[in-house]
Amino acid sequence: MSILGNRVLRKEDPKFLTTGGTYVDDLALEGAAHVVYVRSPMAHARIRSIDTSEAASAPGVVAVYTGDDVELEPMPPGAPFANPAMVRPWLARGVVRFVGDMVAAVVAETREQAVDASELVLVDYEPLPVVVDPEAAADNETLVHEAAGTNVVFRIPEDFVNVGMVPPEAATEPSDLFEGCDVVVRQRIVNQRVAPCPLEVRAAASQWEGGRLTHWTTTQAPHAVKGSLAQTFGVAEEQVRAIAPDVGGGFGAKIGGYPEELLVPWIARRLDRPVRWVETRSESMLSLGHGRAQTQHAELGGTRDGRLVAYKLSVIQDSGAYPGFGAFLPTMTQMMLTGVYDIAKVFFTDVSVATNTNPTVAYRGAGRPEATAAIERMVDIFAAEIGMDPAEVRRRNMVGNDRFPFTTPTGTTYDVGNYEATLDRVLEAAGYAELRAEQRRRREAGGPKQLGIGLSSYVEITNGIPGSEFGSVEVLSDGRARVRTGTSPHGQGHVTAWSQLVADQLGIAIEDVEVVHGDTDLVPRGVGTFGSKSLQSGGVAVFQAAEQVVDKARKLAADLLEANPNDIELDKTNRRFHVAGTPSASKTWAELAQASGDEGLSAEVDFAAPGPTFPFGSHLVVAEVDTETGGVVLERIVAVDDAGRLINPLIAEGQVHGGLAQGAAQALMEEMCYDDQGNPVTANLADYEFVSAAELPSFETYSMETPTPINPLGAKGIGESGTIGSTPAVQNAVCDALLALGVRHVDMPTSPMRVWRAIEAAEGKR
Amino acid sequence: MKVKLEVNGTAHEREIEPRTLLVYFLREELGLTGTNVGCDTTSCGACTVLMDGESVKSCTVLAAQADGRSITTIEGLADGEELHPMQRAFREHHGLQCGYCTPGMVMAAVSLVTESPDLDETHVREGLEGNLCRCTGYHNIVAAVLDAARSSREGAW
Repeated sequence: MSILGNRVLRKEDPKFLTTGGTYVDDLALEGAAHVVYVRSPMAHARIRSIDTSEAASAPGVVAVYTGDDVELEPMPPGAPFANPAMVRPWLARGVVRFVGDMVAAVVAETREQAVDASELVLVDYEPLPVVVDPEAAADNETLVHEAAGTNVVFRIPEDFVNVGMVPPEAATEPSDLFEGCDVVVRQRIVNQRVAPCPLEVRAAASQWEGGRLTHWTTTQAPHAVKGSLAQTFGVAEEQVRAIAPDVGGGFGAKIGGYPEELLVPWIARRLDRPVRWVETRSESMLSLGHGRAQTQHAELGGTRDGRLVAYKLSVIQDSGAYPGFGAFLPTMTQMMLTGVYDIAKVFFTDVSVATNTNPTVAYRGAGRPEATAAIERMVDIFAAEIGMDPAEVRRRNMVGNDRFPFTTPTGTTYDVGNYEATLDRVLEAAGYAELRAEQRRRREAGGPKQLGIGLSSYVEITNGIPGSEFGSVEVLSDGRARVRTGTSPHGQGHVTAWSQLVADQLGIAIEDVEVVHGDTDLVPRGVGTFGSKSLQSGGVAVFQAAEQVVDKARKLAADLLEANPNDIELDKTNRRFHVAGTPSASKTWAELAQASGDEGLSAEVDFAAPGPTFPFGSHLVVAEVDTETGGVVLERIVAVDDAGRLINPLIAEGQVHGGLAQGAAQALMEEMCYDDQGNPVTANLADYEFVSAAELPSFETYSMETPTPINPLGAKGIGESGTIGSTPAVQNAVCDALLALGVRHVDMPTSPMRVWRAIEAAEGKR
Repeated sequence: MKVKLEVNGTAHEREIEPRTLLVYFLREELGLTGTNVGCDTTSCGACTVLMDGESVKSCTVLAAQADGRSITTIEGLADGEELHPMQRAFREHHGLQCGYCTPGMVMAAVSLVTESPDLDETHVREGLEGNLCRCTGYHNIVAAVLDAARSSREGAW
C-alpha cells in the first residue's frame, strides 16, 4: 500500500519541540564581531555629513563604515530592465530615500556595544520633498531618484511591447471593450501594503577561511545567495558555501539578497574575522521587503442576466524606493487577471513607480492575490448591481470542465480545473441557503449585529517561473537512504514529504530516509522554495531519482542473483529484492549498496516541469459586523481547495490554514502605513496589526484532488492558495453585511474605523 | 552584578551587566538557544519561558529580576526522552511549521492549561493572544492545546 496521501507526522518536529531549531542567530561562531546598521530616520534627505568619530572610539568598536568605504561593484538592478539610475547603493551615498535606508555599519565586539555605538553616529540630513502615494509618484512632481528623471520603473503594456513581451496589438485598449454590456461597474480598489512578518527576522553570519567564504543566512534560496555572493566578491562559485540553517518563515520576503546580508561577508573579509548580524523586529518592519501595495482601477461589464463580457484593470504598483521584484508583481496580476471566469474581452495596464518607502517584494501569492482580490470584489459589486446572487454570477461565468487546457485572454494556459465543483462543495458545506435566510432575518430585524456572507472562487499559478529543480537519492551501505534536494524548506515539511516519496518507491522506512537541504556544499545545485513550487519540481525530482535507484538496484540484484532483471521483484515490506517466486534468493538494500562499489547506488535528477500548474478552490466566510462600532467578528471560514494530488494531507492542510489566516489578516487588520512625510507608523509588532489566535475562528477545510497532467505526481502547489482565496472572501463578507445599508465597497483592511465611516457616509447619502 | 538562579533544574551563578535581559542570559550565557527572540515590543511571545511555573516573556524580564527564581525553558520541559503532553500534542496535531514561535507557544500553553485545565476554544484563543505564529493560522495549535488540556484533566500531566 502506498504511503503517499497519508497523514504522516512530521519528522522535523521533535527537535523544534525539545531544543528548538538552529536558526542563524543560534549558531556559535567563535570570535565573531557584530554589525549593526545605522538607518535613516528621514524618508528623503540629502546627507550633508556623517560624523563617525565618536562611534569609532566607543567601547568595543572595531570599525565604522559608510557608503564611500564600500568599493564593491554596485548591487545588480533589483529587476530586469528597471531604470539603472534606481539601483540601490550598498550603503546610502549622498541621499537617503526611505526611513530605514542604511547610512553606516558599526562593527563591535558585542551586539550591545554595536547598538550603543550606532547611536553615536551623527548624520546631518537636509530634508527633501517626499512622495509616498504611488498615484502622486506617477505624476513625477517629486522624484525619488533625481538622476532617473522619473519615478516610473516601467509601464505595461508600452514598455513590454518594446521588449517583445507583449504583442503590439495588445498595447491599445480596444474601443469596443464594453460593447454588448448592459451594465459596467467601476471601482477604485486599494490592495494595501502589508509586512510579511516571518517570526524569525533576518540574520546572517560570514566567515572567510583561506579565501573561501562560508555564509549562513535566513533565506528561501541558498543557491541563489551563493551565486550572488560569488559575483559580488569576484570569486569562483566553488569558493562560496551558502547555508540556510533552520529558517523561521519567509513568505517570499526572504527570496532576494538584501544589502544588509551581502555586506556581512564584505565586512568579514575586510576585518579578517567572522562577522554576524541580526536585525531587530523594528528594523525588520522598516526594511524587510513589504508586499502587495497595488492601487487598482477596475471596470467590469456584463449583461443583466449575469454574463460577464469585458474587464479592464489598471494598476499602479508601489515599488518602494529601490524597485526590485515588487515592480514586477503586476505581471503576475495580469497573468491571472480573469481568474476562474471566461471573460472574452480584457485590457490590462500597469505603471510601476518608485516612492519614498521600503521596497516591495514577493509576499505569499505575489501578484496573484491582487488579481483575485480585484476580480472577486468586482464580481460581487456586479452581482449587487444586477440584483443577482453572487454565487449564481460566479457559476454562470466559470470556465467549464470541458475547456481545459484553457487559454485566457491574457495568454495564460490553465492546466486542469473543476471550478464549479468547489463552489458547490463550499456552498453545501457552509449551508448557504440557511446562511442567507439568517442574514435576511437579521436585516429585517434591523439590529446592530448584521451578517455578511463572502464568497471567493480562485485559480492561481504555482511554479510560475520556469526552470528545473534538483533532487537525488542515494542508498547507503547500512540500508538507509539519503536525499539531497534543491528546495529549501522553512516550515513546509519537505523532510517528511520527501521521505514519504522515497519510502513509497524503495520500501525503506520513512525514519531511515535522511533529507539534506539548504547547504550548497552538500547539495550541488538548487533553486529553493517559493511560488508554491517545491513539491511539483523538487519533490518530483526526488520521486524520479528514487525510481531510477530502484531500476539500478534491480539490475544489480539480477547480476548478483544471476537472474534476468525482469524476474527481480522489490519486496517493499521486507526491503529486499528477490527472484520472482523464490523469496529466499534475495539481496537487501544494504547488500546492494555495498555491492555497488565506487559508483554507489544513487541517482540525480533535474526535473523541469513543462509548465506551471493552477490550483483552485472556493472559500466562504461568515462575518458578523457590528454596525454601531464597525467591529467585525469572523464567525466561519470554510475553504475548499484543490491542489491536485496530496502527498501528505496533514502538511497540505497546515499550509492552507496558514494561508487562510494571512489572507484574513490582510482583509481585516493588517496594513503597513506611512504618513505623508514617509514616516512609518506601524513599524513594530505593537503597532502593526499582526493577526493572533483571538481574531480567528477554527477553519473548516475540505480538499479536492484533481491531478494535474503537468508532472508525474499529479501535484500542484498549496503554499499560497489559502491566502489568495481567503482575502477577498473576508472582504466580500464585510461588504456583504453592509450592502443593505447602502455601502458599496470598503477597502482593506476592513478595520472598525473604515467600516464605521463607510456606514456613516452611506447614511449621510440616504 | 551577580545573579543566582535555577534553570531547568540546574543552579547557575553568573556575573552580568545589570541591563541583561533574561532571554539573552538564557541564550548567550547558558547557550539555551531554544528560546527565541521575535520582536522588541513584548508582542510576539517567542521568548516565553516559565518563571516559578508561570509564563513570562523573557525579553521583558531582566536577568536580575530572575535572581533566586526557577526558570523552565523548552529544553527543560520533556522528562528525559519522554515528551511533555503539550509537546506531544503539538506534534500530533501538526501545531508547528517553521518552529520559531514553537518554544514560546508551548511554554505559554503549558502555563495556560496549568492555570485553567477546563478551558474551551475561546479561552485558548484569548489565552494565547500574546503568542504570535505566522505559519499555522493557529488552527492546529488550538487543537493541540485543547487536546493537551483534556489529557491534563485526565491526570496525564
